[in-house]
Amino acid sequence: MVTSSSLIYLIALPLFGALTLLLAGRRADKWGHLLGTAMSASSFGVGLYQLSQMLSRPTEERAISQKLFTWIDVASFQVDAGLLLDQLSICFVLLITGVGTLIHIYSISYMSHDENRRRFFAYLNLFIAAMLLLVLGDSYLTLYVGWEGVGLASYLLIGFWNQKPAYATASKKAFVMNRVGDMGLSFAIMIAFATLGTVSFAGVKEASEGASETALTAIGIMLLVAAAGKSAQFPLQAWLGDAMAGPTPVSALIHAATMVTAGVYLIVRSNFIFDAAPTAQLIVVIVGAITLLFGAVIGTAKDDIKKALAASTMSQIGYMVLCAGLGPAGYAFAIMHLLTHGFFKAGMFLGAGSVMHGMNDSVDMRRYGGLRKFMPITFITFGLGYLAIIGVPPFAGFYSKDLIIETAFNAGGFKGILLGSITLLGAVITAFYMTRVMILTFTSPKRWEENQHPHESPFLMWFPMVVLSIGSVTSGLLFYRGDALANWLNPVFGDHGKDHHEEHLFEPIVVSAMALTAVAIGVGIAIMKYQLSEIEAVAPQNVSIFTRIARKDLLQDSFNESVFMRPGQALTRLLVKGDENVVDGAVRGIGRTALGAGATLRRSQSGFARSYAALILIGAVVLIAGIWVVTL
Amino acid sequence: MSSLTLLGILPLIGALLIAVIPAEQALRVKQAALGTTILVAISAVMMWLNFDESNTAFQFVQSAGWIPSFGINYAVGVDGLSLVLILLAVLLTPIVVLAGWNESEGGRWSAKVFYILILVLETMMIGVFAATDVFLFYVFFEAMLIPVYFLIGGYGSGERAAAAVKFLLFSLFGGLLMLASIIGLYVISSKNGGATFDITQLSQMHNYMSSTTQNLLFLGFFIAFAIKAPVWPLHTWLPDAAASATPGTSVLLLGVLDKVGTFGMIRFCLTLFPDASKTFTPVIIVLAVISILYGAFLAIGARDIKRLIAYTSISHFGFITMGIFAMTTQGHSGAILYMFNHGFSTAALFIVAGWMIARRKSSTIADFGGLQRVTPVMAWSFFIAGMSSLALPGLSSFVSEFLVLVGTFTRYPVAAVLATFGIVLAALYILIPVQKALHGPTTPGNENLPDLNLREKFAVGPVLAIIIALGFYPAPLLNVINPVAKQVIESQGFTDPVPSESAGK
Repeated sequence: MVTSSSLIYLIALPLFGALTLLLAGRRADKWGHLLGTAMSASSFGVGLYQLSQMLSRPTEERAISQKLFTWIDVASFQVDAGLLLDQLSICFVLLITGVGTLIHIYSISYMSHDENRRRFFAYLNLFIAAMLLLVLGDSYLTLYVGWEGVGLASYLLIGFWNQKPAYATASKKAFVMNRVGDMGLSFAIMIAFATLGTVSFAGVKEASEGASETALTAIGIMLLVAAAGKSAQFPLQAWLGDAMAGPTPVSALIHAATMVTAGVYLIVRSNFIFDAAPTAQLIVVIVGAITLLFGAVIGTAKDDIKKALAASTMSQIGYMVLCAGLGPAGYAFAIMHLLTHGFFKAGMFLGAGSVMHGMNDSVDMRRYGGLRKFMPITFITFGLGYLAIIGVPPFAGFYSKDLIIETAFNAGGFKGILLGSITLLGAVITAFYMTRVMILTFTSPKRWEENQHPHESPFLMWFPMVVLSIGSVTSGLLFYRGDALANWLNPVFGDHGKDHHEEHLFEPIVVSAMALTAVAIGVGIAIMKYQLSEIEAVAPQNVSIFTRIARKDLLQDSFNESVFMRPGQALTRLLVKGDENVVDGAVRGIGRTALGAGATLRRSQSGFARSYAALILIGAVVLIAGIWVVTL
Repeated sequence: MSSLTLLGILPLIGALLIAVIPAEQALRVKQAALGTTILVAISAVMMWLNFDESNTAFQFVQSAGWIPSFGINYAVGVDGLSLVLILLAVLLTPIVVLAGWNESEGGRWSAKVFYILILVLETMMIGVFAATDVFLFYVFFEAMLIPVYFLIGGYGSGERAAAAVKFLLFSLFGGLLMLASIIGLYVISSKNGGATFDITQLSQMHNYMSSTTQNLLFLGFFIAFAIKAPVWPLHTWLPDAAASATPGTSVLLLGVLDKVGTFGMIRFCLTLFPDASKTFTPVIIVLAVISILYGAFLAIGARDIKRLIAYTSISHFGFITMGIFAMTTQGHSGAILYMFNHGFSTAALFIVAGWMIARRKSSTIADFGGLQRVTPVMAWSFFIAGMSSLALPGLSSFVSEFLVLVGTFTRYPVAAVLATFGIVLAALYILIPVQKALHGPTTPGNENLPDLNLREKFAVGPVLAIIIALGFYPAPLLNVINPVAKQVIESQGFTDPVPSESAGK
């Protein structure tokens, strides 16, 4: 493989920004945001340069690597601090730094009234650095460093306003649930080392060719656990809605476009494991299918614009995971949807931030309405993202989602029909809840108080929204035309990627027609329900049990609380009591009996040192006497 | 005189120097203590630079007859294991002195006595790790208790006298068992080729023991070390001692002295009694796993910040013990590295917690709140220390914890899997106090707490820097540790498990 010495700059630049801003403290308040943005932009520049270099090399020499130093070297456990840039990671590098830079720019204005703006930019830079390490690491263990690094950045940013107890709790919840996922990653690495003897991507890939399916299935399932934690997939999804406590640019960058898609990256990166572990693949597909419906259903019931979008993110990542679980046929399409989603969802989150900016930070869509007139740019850019996510041609989501639906149907047999139907049903619900968001926010009659003065956001905020909306419009066609993205990525998936000419259950045009019908149904229901009838400014309470359950996030928190949290707390209390009374009590009892001195000791604590000195003396005498006896 | 002996004597010279300074010149005393400990630290680093990594024998050795009629020698020397622990001890001592500049106030005796005790303790810490004569080790092992007893009982807070006694009782009990075993060893050596306390010669004695004898002698040592380490269920002295001691004493107690337990398991239990070690390994692995989870749960339930840190240490010592007895190179290297890293992350936690307590005049976690806004540097220091305690990748403790886990997994997968649940619990026991103490609205009464001053920044800065540096580049320590880990594993007749899927391919 071609080696390079410049990959590290991708990570080093934002890391330098983060450290400078954190260490300089208040001194950097004046220019911190500028440095942070510049570092992110420079990293994007390096990424573009790497892309141009990559394009100039023949296909088989496109992947390049850089070994920085030997990180851990203990007998056969050897891990380099090594980076790998190939066709897959360059996509992520450009997404992370590109969208990341736009969000830095947006945040300059969005956070301009926050006295801790410098710290915010430090965290953003830290996130960019960690996320780049995640996608550039050349082994599972280096990936792990980035993996928890983004978790840390996410924790810090969700809790950016942690003076509010609820926000502090939300950040803790995200970290802990992510740690459950990280445990899966730990297990995967341990199993890989115990069975294959290596933890580097290249090493595992090579060793997996002769490995048993059992071992690979175990590794695959554990990788899925990790992916579920990071990507908010069932059953580790409950943290994402609460994560909306973070400032909105964070929701756009971390909890929509990049970090939450890391699970998809992990699965696609580990294609050599999943290809040889059909059971693990099946579980991946099931998790994706459940989550895509789970998120979509929650999305229909949310009145908080950010939580509605978060539920949508969960659902869309469900699509990607499902598709990635379908193996070589699906990897490239999962990544395509990941990239297009990065554009339109980040754009819509920034739009939501823009709306909040104009509405005194209110997030309640029932208190919005009619904002189309007051925020034309936000309306148009959000609208383009909306058309993209529900899948209207020729917007980006149409192509990427269509391909996923098609791949699902092509999975074959009953499984194919079931998965295809689920993805279509998801499309109906997506169209419904997104149309609901559009109507409630922009096109319905206004429901806000007279003292609010909605206004369009400043240039620094709408400019990134415009750029992202261009991506929402064009990226799908760009990736789709001539299978551009699939061909680009195929070398990463080895020989598997090239020839997958399975039976087509439906012609692509039929799938498209079905998908568009699904969209029309969803949009139609939403228009009837919201545009054509009056919307109450307060959510109605006399609703069906289903609506109530959906509003409560399908009881995910109640479940976690009653199954894990409360028993855990009870166990903790029991152990605390037991430690005092049973363990310590027993030891105290034994001590008292054995030494027969408990009572005496308590009476003469102050003189105990003297007794101890005497005991040492006695000990020494005993020792010497003992030695003397035995040497006689 | 070898440079190692010189290193051990240096703190004593400092103590003598302080002894002649009038007690009312407290500042002079502190300066002398700081100067001495820094000098010791520099000397130890020099020794490290001169240490031959490729040589697994003891280095910087010195041996002189002490009580020749019993074959007792003053014999010292270091290998990779003891070098790492001596480095830990002498690097932490100046930090303890600097961090706890005013800790001696409010004690029963003067600052002068406090620093003499610290310096005497430093000599003993060096001695206990450097001793290659079992009797000499025992002397240091027991004598070490005296300065700690006075440090807790004389300068601590709360129920300091009771805690000091409890600490002493536990240690005494363990020490007596070890004493019995030492006599037994001596008996066997005297019957087989000549009475000796030399560790290298004694390591051949297991060939002459019946398995019952070996098991009994092993237990004498192991129980003493399991109390020190501490392993569940012999841990209950630690939270009391840590909660009552001054933060600086706690750093030395949890950071260094407790390591004598895990150090002893390797140096004595494994080396002297290989067969008994194998016999008891399953039990010890189980106890280690219990310690990991039990310590974590109790830390989650702790309301007092000092007790919380003590319980996290019980969990961490479980990892170390598990790594030692997993009998793989990764587990062993990881455990030794863990000893060093745990010393630093616990030191960071304890000294920052100590500053928080000194400012707030309370160690109850619920009394803090919103510190991130009032005292950002202090809050950040606590946070980074906490991240180190939960073994965040990129910080030093991750490397050691992962090595222990992966090294255990290859031989005892179930134990490793259970232990891995500890990483979720660790997230809870760190983030709960972080949320309560640093986040949320500022608790009334905390609005005007002062942030860290320059001295305090100088104390905690190097600790955090080492935690981060070793997280990314652990090679300087691993290079010292690996040979000795490999040697112990091989001498026990173990080889690392071969990857199951590549066997025969």
